[in-house]
Amino acid sequence: MHDFFFGTYPYIALTVLFVGSIARYETEPFTWKSSSSQMLRRKQLIMGSVLFHIGVLVIFFGHLIGLLTPIWVFDALGISHGAKQLLAVLAGGVAGIMALVGGGMLFHRRWTDPRIRRTSSFADIGILALLLLQLVLGILTIFVSLGHLDGHEMTKFMAWAQGIFTFDSQAASYIADVSPIFKLHLFLGLTIFILFPFTRLVHMLSAPVRYLARPGYQVVRSRRTPPPAE
Amino acid sequence: MRVRAQIGMVLNLDKCIGCHTCSVTCKNVWTSRDGVEYAWFNNVETKPGTGYPKDWENQNKWNGGWERTKSGKLQPKQGAKWRILSNIFGNPDLPEIDDYYEPFDFDYDHLKSAPEVKAFPTARPRSKITGERMQKIEMGPNWEEILGGEFSKRSEDYNFEGIQKEIYGEYENTFMMYLPRLCEHCLNPACAASCPSGAIYKREEDGIVLIDQEKCRGWRMCVSGCPYKKVYYNWESGKSEKCTLCYPRIESGNPTVCSETCVGRIRYLGVMLYDADKIEEAANAPDEQDLYDAQLGVFLDPNDPEVIAAARADGVPEDWIKGAQESPVWKMAMDWKVAFPLHPEYRTLPMVWYIPPLSPIQNAAEAGKIGHDGEMPDVRSLRIPVKYLANMLTAGDEAPVAHALERMLAMRAYMRSKTVDGVIDEGIAQRVGLDSAMIEDMYKIMALADYEDRFVIPTTHREQVEDAYELRGECGFTDTNGCSPGISKGSLFGGKKKALKMPEAM
Repeated sequence: MHDFFFGTYPYIALTVLFVGSIARYETEPFTWKSSSSQMLRRKQLIMGSVLFHIGVLVIFFGHLIGLLTPIWVFDALGISHGAKQLLAVLAGGVAGIMALVGGGMLFHRRWTDPRIRRTSSFADIGILALLLLQLVLGILTIFVSLGHLDGHEMTKFMAWAQGIFTFDSQAASYIADVSPIFKLHLFLGLTIFILFPFTRLVHMLSAPVRYLARPGYQVVRSRRTPPPAE
Repeated sequence: MRVRAQIGMVLNLDKCIGCHTCSVTCKNVWTSRDGVEYAWFNNVETKPGTGYPKDWENQNKWNGGWERTKSGKLQPKQGAKWRILSNIFGNPDLPEIDDYYEPFDFDYDHLKSAPEVKAFPTARPRSKITGERMQKIEMGPNWEEILGGEFSKRSEDYNFEGIQKEIYGEYENTFMMYLPRLCEHCLNPACAASCPSGAIYKREEDGIVLIDQEKCRGWRMCVSGCPYKKVYYNWESGKSEKCTLCYPRIESGNPTVCSETCVGRIRYLGVMLYDADKIEEAANAPDEQDLYDAQLGVFLDPNDPEVIAAARADGVPEDWIKGAQESPVWKMAMDWKVAFPLHPEYRTLPMVWYIPPLSPIQNAAEAGKIGHDGEMPDVRSLRIPVKYLANMLTAGDEAPVAHALERMLAMRAYMRSKTVDGVIDEGIAQRVGLDSAMIEDMYKIMALADYEDRFVIPTTHREQVEDAYELRGECGFTDTNGCSPGISKGSLFGGKKKALKMPEAM
């Protein structure tokens, strides 16, 4: 069972994530959107959305860098495992609280405001609820982590995550003895990967950072040359 | 010089009767769908008034359009690119739907299905968003129709700037006019500039500004970027939509639906050639009152052999050059200088222009005392203050507006003298810098306004740029989701399931 959830399930999740996202982008581009509801109700949106997005972005990149950077890089930089753990707990804690507060506001708004409730799909409400649950689980893991600040536990997760990406068949065994809260957190995270292509979450793949590099402001399309594949 | 062609529009406000036919036909064709019930790609406002959405002209509030920064750079008023991106999680300049109005329908069914009751059954309003009963309709697309509401509210109209407006609240001095509005298809569109996805583009061959529905991600910066508030967020599809200038009609040489159905025959469509290299400089004129003249400087004379040669070199088709030479828009904007851009101070270089309306002479009872300028009444004694029109059309510069009104009065006086008295009075024409041939042409185009004089629209030449062999088997106009027939089956990715509604047998 453990081997399935942490050895096989990650590959299922990643496959659905990539294949599903590509399939949606190619076949249903019209559904690819952020689904903003700000125009229907401004109240609670701006504060909630800013807190939530910034919190989630910090957490996302924190996990990405923290889990997938080989441990020897930290060793070479002279960052001790304990220090890395402390950094993760502090930054993750602050960002987690931000995201939880913001997400809570968004959920309250989505659930109680008749305009937003009526225009929400099951997926809109469901994915927000799952993200909030995941945030709560993530924040709970901090209390477990406080019990072993030497960073040893953390290196297990790094070994696991890197093991998944390097097709290490023993990957699941590295986290066999961690606290169930962590396991639940990992499982829900992988499940969110699976749901990703079928929800509004896909909009994060379209984060328009290229806007900053667009030459000038205007976009002109000509029938004389095919439209640029942007 | 980079020559491009643009389909421009002129609306002769002097003849607008405010019947809303343009709005209704437009709505029936383009926005009779879920999510855009509140959106009117074309709407008609009564001025003075705060308009739709409420107070749209107040850019201190909405930050639409462009601004010239202290260092002399031209950038969207809502901020440079990094500033726009930093607002992506919550756009502080975005209107709420209540600034337009909450879309509603009435319980018509109740009128015939109500049981026998003492009180007469009524059709009460229901929100089209929530489906719930609405206590009171607070706002609609045409809320100030014919000076509806108190003067204190209507007079928040931004065009009253620099006018002692109190006296216009008095019954004897009141004035009104209609302002039909649609997307301006600007030469320097602020919506396109503020779209982070690059989904909004201007078509090089005819200047129409469109939103690529498959590339729009719903970041909603265009809604706040457009100073005319003519980009609408579809709350159902999560994409922005706007007036398309009925491009499928324009491409085949037909006028837009709003123009075609205009009963007052106030709308004109024609080709304007312009120099794409001059746009930035023109939009960045240091003084706002120079923007009108700067935009005139962007247009190219289609009869100038040099321009014709450059247009050919830049691939402008021959019939488009001919169209530009016969363009009613060119005549009214450039030859006669009677048409003006709407709010040039937004620096968007709009391409839907307006002929200011004449109005009755103030204090008609005291007609003997009114100011006369020779044969004609002084335009400054007209009921609608020239300053008000100038605030709307020339960033407050009264001279060009007064000049246009004088020419229109001269046209009337000339034709009256010709048809009533049988006298050709060349003096009237000369006093306003015209000659009798020009005045007769003005009369033909502006007063008679025959169909073929109003609409000079060359067809698009897809055959020159598209290889039909490559296009075989492709779909035509679709609901932007592949080759769907317009009725999408529910999909894993959240596409909407729509039941096909067949008309029921009577």
